[in-house]
Amino acid sequence: MAVLQDFKNNVKPNWCPGCGDYAVQMALQKAVVQLGMEPHELALVCGIGCSGRFSGYIYAYGMHTTHGRALPFAQGLKLANPKLNVIACGGDGDGMAIGLGHTFHAIRRNINITYVLMDNHVYGLTKGQTSPRSDLGFKTKTTPTGNIETPVSTLEMALAAGATFIGQGFSLQLQELTDLLVAAVRHPGFSLVNVFSPCVTFNKVNTYEWFKDKLVDVKDIGGYDAGDKGAVLNHVLEHEGLLTGLLYENLTKPSYEKISGLAKNNQMQSVKKLAPDVFSELLEDFY
Amino acid sequence: MKSREITWQAGGQQGEGLESLGEILASALNHLGYELYGFRQFSSRIKGGHTNYKLRIAAKAVGTIHKSCDLLIALDKDTMQNEALNIQEQGIILVDSILAQDYSGQARCVAIPFKDIAQKHGSQLQKNIAALGCTVAVLGLTEEDLEETLRKKFIAKGAEVVAENVAVLKAGIEYIKTEVPSLLGVLPLPELKHKEQHLFILGNEAMGFGALSAGAKFMAAYPITPASEVMEYMVKKARKLGGQMLQVEDEIAACTMATGAAYGGARAFTATSGPGLSLMSETIGLAAMTETPLVIVHSQRGGPSTGLPTKHEQSDVFAALYNTHGDTAKIVLSPSTIEEGFYDTFEAFNLAEEYQCPVIVLADLQLSLGKQTMLIPEYDKMEIRRGNIVEASSLPPIKAPEYFPRYSVAQTDGISGRIIPGTPNGICLGTGLEHDESGRPTEAKDMRIKQTEKRLQKMKTFLANYKKALAVDAPYSEADALVIGMTSTRSCIAEVVEILRQEGKKINHVQVRLLLPFPAKELEQYIRQAKKIIVVEHNATAQLAGLIRMHIEQCPHLENILQYDGDIMYTEQLLASCKEVL
Repeated sequence: MAVLQDFKNNVKPNWCPGCGDYAVQMALQKAVVQLGMEPHELALVCGIGCSGRFSGYIYAYGMHTTHGRALPFAQGLKLANPKLNVIACGGDGDGMAIGLGHTFHAIRRNINITYVLMDNHVYGLTKGQTSPRSDLGFKTKTTPTGNIETPVSTLEMALAAGATFIGQGFSLQLQELTDLLVAAVRHPGFSLVNVFSPCVTFNKVNTYEWFKDKLVDVKDIGGYDAGDKGAVLNHVLEHEGLLTGLLYENLTKPSYEKISGLAKNNQMQSVKKLAPDVFSELLEDFY
Repeated sequence: MKSREITWQAGGQQGEGLESLGEILASALNHLGYELYGFRQFSSRIKGGHTNYKLRIAAKAVGTIHKSCDLLIALDKDTMQNEALNIQEQGIILVDSILAQDYSGQARCVAIPFKDIAQKHGSQLQKNIAALGCTVAVLGLTEEDLEETLRKKFIAKGAEVVAENVAVLKAGIEYIKTEVPSLLGVLPLPELKHKEQHLFILGNEAMGFGALSAGAKFMAAYPITPASEVMEYMVKKARKLGGQMLQVEDEIAACTMATGAAYGGARAFTATSGPGLSLMSETIGLAAMTETPLVIVHSQRGGPSTGLPTKHEQSDVFAALYNTHGDTAKIVLSPSTIEEGFYDTFEAFNLAEEYQCPVIVLADLQLSLGKQTMLIPEYDKMEIRRGNIVEASSLPPIKAPEYFPRYSVAQTDGISGRIIPGTPNGICLGTGLEHDESGRPTEAKDMRIKQTEKRLQKMKTFLANYKKALAVDAPYSEADALVIGMTSTRSCIAEVVEILRQEGKKINHVQVRLLLPFPAKELEQYIRQAKKIIVVEHNATAQLAGLIRMHIEQCPHLENILQYDGDIMYTEQLLASCKEVL
């Protein structure tokens, strides 16, 4: 059985000291150990940005793709190689700006992968520009007089897309985040885990303290039912998305693999010549 | 007297069953052993629902259509106004009698009450079958020649429907026999010397079939003319073979998903046209940088931007070769017949895995949407080669933080061992960034140079080994001219060259089947043998000629024959253009 050390590669991340992403890295390593995975059974697929470097900081198969495209890559990989555990990682620029279309469609497609979205409301790697998650009025290099565009509500978007698993964590709550990631990977379908992962360099508004003050754990909401989509939406609206925990799970909607039939018959790893009778049958169409 | 060949054409409004009329006729003729080439034409002069289908029927292989036809079935005014102008002087027009067209041309024009014939023996919807009956009579065929095809086509709808269609077919034949007996057998089909079993296959289907035969089971794509038939074919076939075709949100996703699946060990591809390739350029770079075996079928249409979506062009050559930023190692094949469309797509998957790079199969609208008889692919000759995939059994145990050197620069051919993720003891990284031998990002100058050269070395290795870069018909060591083309102009050029040779000119013909890396050395020997070089292509900027100039030092003067009106190339026009420059 693999231990935490087996997932460490001794590469020093290029993240700033105090970055929220360190906690996500630690939680993910703990989660995969808890899930009993071996490093070679895991593939991490990332986009571009601070969080995009994730795949290079954990010892497992890793692919650092292009900006916003981690999800299409990860979905193709999972369908082609179904035994692999596929986890895609990205930030709010990657998943909510350039890749928002892919995020939405990946959610509705419901392929059995996990998407960890590190949300810091700002662009870090390009040194401090606005993000589609930036609050109204938030001042950055590209919004010197304050952001005037409505921030994307990740949670409302995910619910609208027909998500079957939505979790939300916070970098200061390591144990809760680890548990959430374990549940997300176990979920049979697409699981979205949005993590508030503060940027200590370019976001002096949405800080650790800011989130700590505002976030409400759904466990502390009496009668919270993660299976009631309408009620979940109401809670999301009421708390302006600042909730943590397993927010929503739908186990009745089957995964893409199940509906398509791939769960029963997936021959993509078998690359060989068609059997003579299959080849003959295909010819029949053209006589 | 038997003719050399016959071109049959039918024009009418969409929904009048023109396509099935053409399909049934072609299928029956294929069974009889004729060589065929069918092409559905769209005309820019006509708004609305007009469509027309041309079928060339011959005793030896034909690969394009001519502008003129011998027998025209006209079911709408547009057909009479436009297509009837192109008929041979000795030709015959069978025009729907409800149209009451004044025709003043040389051909013989006969009004036929298709609708009445159909209604009397079935329903008026079957007027296409009545037209089929008349066609059969004029071509000197019998109902027996068609019956089996009709049965196959309609049996799913029940025996009654089959019987009704057969009755309408017979009535059509009978009408010619009794009402216009002078037309009976007046356009006889060519004599068949030998009969061979052929497939009658659409270019896009041939490429889809080629992919499937090569073991491709993953396709992600976004619908686009003229490439959609590839995904439509795959969706029908892949599932049963344990594969999947996904229609995804856009071409970026299509290409990236296919790349992800290819990285995961499947044979994966996408198919697109014009604007789709522009969107895919980002991921082509990722596949090249991560050395992932991606295959793209790209069918060219008129550009730029949305351009001429239903029209033919060959103006994406530079885009296919260079639309990705950076020094990109990739392969671009350019099949020149439907048969090559099958084999090149099959081979693209071998090359993508052997050389661990993206491979584009560059087709064009005519190649994609033309339908042609082709010999049954030789099963025994189809060979799957996966290149250097490192199996778990050959890997010594490794542990974190040790990585497998996926991008090792030790090999002189540039090809390092590839690992399918999930393989124990093979952990390595991949990134669109420049990287070291294990796939970790690096900016070290020495490694940057080594990795760049590694990727480009693969292309040199490939070019040295590849045997199908050119399709050559060059019998003259001292030729008056060499005609060079690419993709679907092959057949048209070949016909023109044949005519010129009969007129005593020494003309060689080379169709370039590999565009990247460019087979300059091989092509140069034929260029040296000719006094004049004529490059024929469907674009305004002479892209193929540009490639030749770029790669061949001391390139002689090239004459360009360029066409960019959206139409395909016809023998008559090309012959005239060639004579002008000769």
